[in-house]
Amino acid sequence: MKNNLVNGTGVTAPVISRRNFLGAAAATGAAGIVPASLGSLTAQGTAMKAAQLVLPVATKDVAPFKIQVPQEALDDLKLRLASTRWPERETVRDWSQGVPLQKAQPLIAYWRDKYDWHRFEARLNAFPQYRTHIDGLGIHFMHVRSPHRNALPIILTHGWPGSVVEFMEIIGPLSDPTGYGGSAEDAFHVVVPSLPGFAFSDKPVETGWDVNRIARAWATLMQLLGYDRWVAQGGDWGAGVTHALALQRPPGLIAAHVNWQFVFPEKLPDNPTPAERRAIDRASWFANDQSGYFREHATRPQTIGYPLADSAAGQALWIYEKFQAWTDNHGNPEDALAVDAMLDNISLYWFTDTAASSARIYWENTRAGFGGLSRGRIELPMAASVFPHEIFCPPKAWAEALWPNLFYWNELDKGGHFAAFEQPKLFTEELRKAFRSRRG
Amino acid sequence: MHMKDDSKNRTTEPVPLSSRRQFIRMAAAAGGGGILSAGVQTGALGRATKAAQVVLPATTKDVTPFKVHVPQIALDDLKRRLANTRWPNKEPVSDWSQGVPLAKAKALGEYWRTHYDWHRVEGTLNALPQFRTRIDGLGIHFIHVRSKYQNALPILLTHGWPGSIIEFLQVIGPLVDPIAHGGKADEAFDVVIPSLPGFGFSDKPTEVGWGLPRIANAWAVLMARLGYSHYVAQGGDWGAGVTSWMAKQRVSGLTAVHLNLPILFPPPPPRPGGYTAAEQPALAQLGKYGSDGSAYGLIQGTRPQTLGYGLADSPVGQAMWIYEKFQAWSDNKGDPAEAISVDHMLDDISLYWLTNTASSSARLYFESWGKDFGRMPIDLPVAVSIFKGDFFTPPKVWGDQTYSKLFYWTEVPKGGHFAALEQPGLFVAELRKSFAQVR
Repeated sequence: MKNNLVNGTGVTAPVISRRNFLGAAAATGAAGIVPASLGSLTAQGTAMKAAQLVLPVATKDVAPFKIQVPQEALDDLKLRLASTRWPERETVRDWSQGVPLQKAQPLIAYWRDKYDWHRFEARLNAFPQYRTHIDGLGIHFMHVRSPHRNALPIILTHGWPGSVVEFMEIIGPLSDPTGYGGSAEDAFHVVVPSLPGFAFSDKPVETGWDVNRIARAWATLMQLLGYDRWVAQGGDWGAGVTHALALQRPPGLIAAHVNWQFVFPEKLPDNPTPAERRAIDRASWFANDQSGYFREHATRPQTIGYPLADSAAGQALWIYEKFQAWTDNHGNPEDALAVDAMLDNISLYWFTDTAASSARIYWENTRAGFGGLSRGRIELPMAASVFPHEIFCPPKAWAEALWPNLFYWNELDKGGHFAAFEQPKLFTEELRKAFRSRRG
Repeated sequence: MHMKDDSKNRTTEPVPLSSRRQFIRMAAAAGGGGILSAGVQTGALGRATKAAQVVLPATTKDVTPFKVHVPQIALDDLKRRLANTRWPNKEPVSDWSQGVPLAKAKALGEYWRTHYDWHRVEGTLNALPQFRTRIDGLGIHFIHVRSKYQNALPILLTHGWPGSIIEFLQVIGPLVDPIAHGGKADEAFDVVIPSLPGFGFSDKPTEVGWGLPRIANAWAVLMARLGYSHYVAQGGDWGAGVTSWMAKQRVSGLTAVHLNLPILFPPPPPRPGGYTAAEQPALAQLGKYGSDGSAYGLIQGTRPQTLGYGLADSPVGQAMWIYEKFQAWSDNKGDPAEAISVDHMLDDISLYWLTNTASSSARLYFESWGKDFGRMPIDLPVAVSIFKGDFFTPPKVWGDQTYSKLFYWTEVPKGGHFAALEQPGLFVAELRKSFAQVR
């Protein structure tokens, strides 16, 4: 196993083995390597600030990282949840005004009384995690190397309101297929970064972190990790980043897979086929009924950040609504995702206080008129899995029109927007099948 | 000031007027025919967290005196929450383009916690005759001040979002008692200022249907119940929506309206040659509003409940949700305090917070935004004052094309969206001048 470390000049430093790397890290202070002990989160001094997490300073070294949310932050959360002030109940009998009060209250009670952050923290910390400084920003990522020699490196990018949590179930099957009913030829080296402003990546303090810049950072990251032949995958904003990567074609990127395809034709067909009609209707439903959060994030991420940073219930329900709206369910998000899994993700947003910083990805990408529905022609070999409960599902013909090197297309019969999170087995199988032809 | 109050029995017929003194005595007698004791005001529920909630007295079709009394425990709870605010990180821009800047937000939160005095505005409100009455199943709160002048013109003033009755507190005196405020006796108004359903001390609707047309009808019932058979109505923002719907529905007794934000979206279709140069600025304003300024409306219109969880639970969240609009829509050069004093902004914000009406007020967008809030031809006499600092200042030609009896159109150089709050003197002058023509 190799880790490339970059020194302060931006020039690639000599490759060292992972064992060497960990050993050096443990030795605390070996030139340029941040001690692993600094990788834990620490709490600041005063009572109120105790509830805030402070990330260790990242350098251009790849520094091991562990999560440890201080007890003060856990206590503060419980206190806030216990003193939640509720609005009156909605005036409708469904989710059309948002999360119904009778669904909201049990979720918050469960978060306060039953949910166990330490279980999740231990699970996160069981993955090798790192932070490194790229283009001025500390980037957090999981990095699991496969024991199989010919594993294909893959970078998986989450979206909003997702996080690295979405991919936790598939990291094992991807990196260690033989341990999960697969074959060694399907192995991946897995890199799962947190987007800038999300979770344990730094929050940008300047503008400019749109999907194009993120894509360039990801290419740098893959290079830093020593990968010279790799693939990329993403959904939601992760699909935005992955489309951007595909357009940029950085050295080493050989193909990409997206579970949300931005391939709307520039001019919509006059006589749409039923599949085209469905995609158009769903996109327009999204624009009209579904995009309030999108417009608010895109125009006033700071203002919406105030209630979400201050109210744990507010943050939880801002996200929970999307688990209901976008997963493959019969009305309740719990049909598609376990409550604990949803709260893992929600807690990650809460403890890192990233409501505003994550919302800013919309501001960044809409300023320059990000169309969203189409990223234009892409020459890179592309693969796509269409999950039926995605926000909109473009027909294959649209992808063929824009992606001359479309090499894999599959329409599944279950799963939604949070595909890896909802259907980890199907998702894993999709990646195995899609990239089988790209190996070697 | 000699003031009269109309009270109502359980029918919808007007009852004889009684003097205010008499009225209050009746109320104090606790149980006088159909009049709720004035002592039944806002109270606190039992449990610790619920104790911080303001509870409104039940209403009947009687017009029942109402006083505001926010329990101390609610004020304490507010301070505790403000002291425990958890903030987001600072915006990466140096202006308001991502919303309220963190430094401004922290300063406002700190002032609210350490300097702001709710009891001051509570005293101001309670010095005014306030009532609640049940209309169409809902308890409606309103201020009702009669002028001592015999020929006073009754006027109904309707606020919008994120406004409230607070917007009108400075104009009540000059309207009802013009002599004491530099005016003439024949400029006097009897003033009625209701809180919209789901706002302030009006009840929160528990069922769908409380859109503009229904509110407009409820306001007509209110004016009839108060004994007014000829009156005028005024509004901006949602208040302009309600007022326009009253005019459109030709409710009984309404003789003319005044709008300070006429809902004059571009009349379709554009004439050959397209819109004129004079129309371009308003088109640009609508374009900017659509692309950059309307997300609050879209989220309130589609997910008022989800948004409400954060705003109901975080006073700073509620404050910034509103403060942003004071900055964006008032006549200022960057700081909203140039247009509206910080205390007045916090009066309005506190009213939303203490009544926990973030969701219920947002629901008006769910009910009526993009449905009832649109350009509507009106055949009743219409007066318009355009305050040039508002975010939308349509040209007169659109008014001419939409209102068949447009009898007054003035562009006021100062003041913005919250005209009565920002420029009470100019606002009063506009109402005096415009309605002089319909008395």
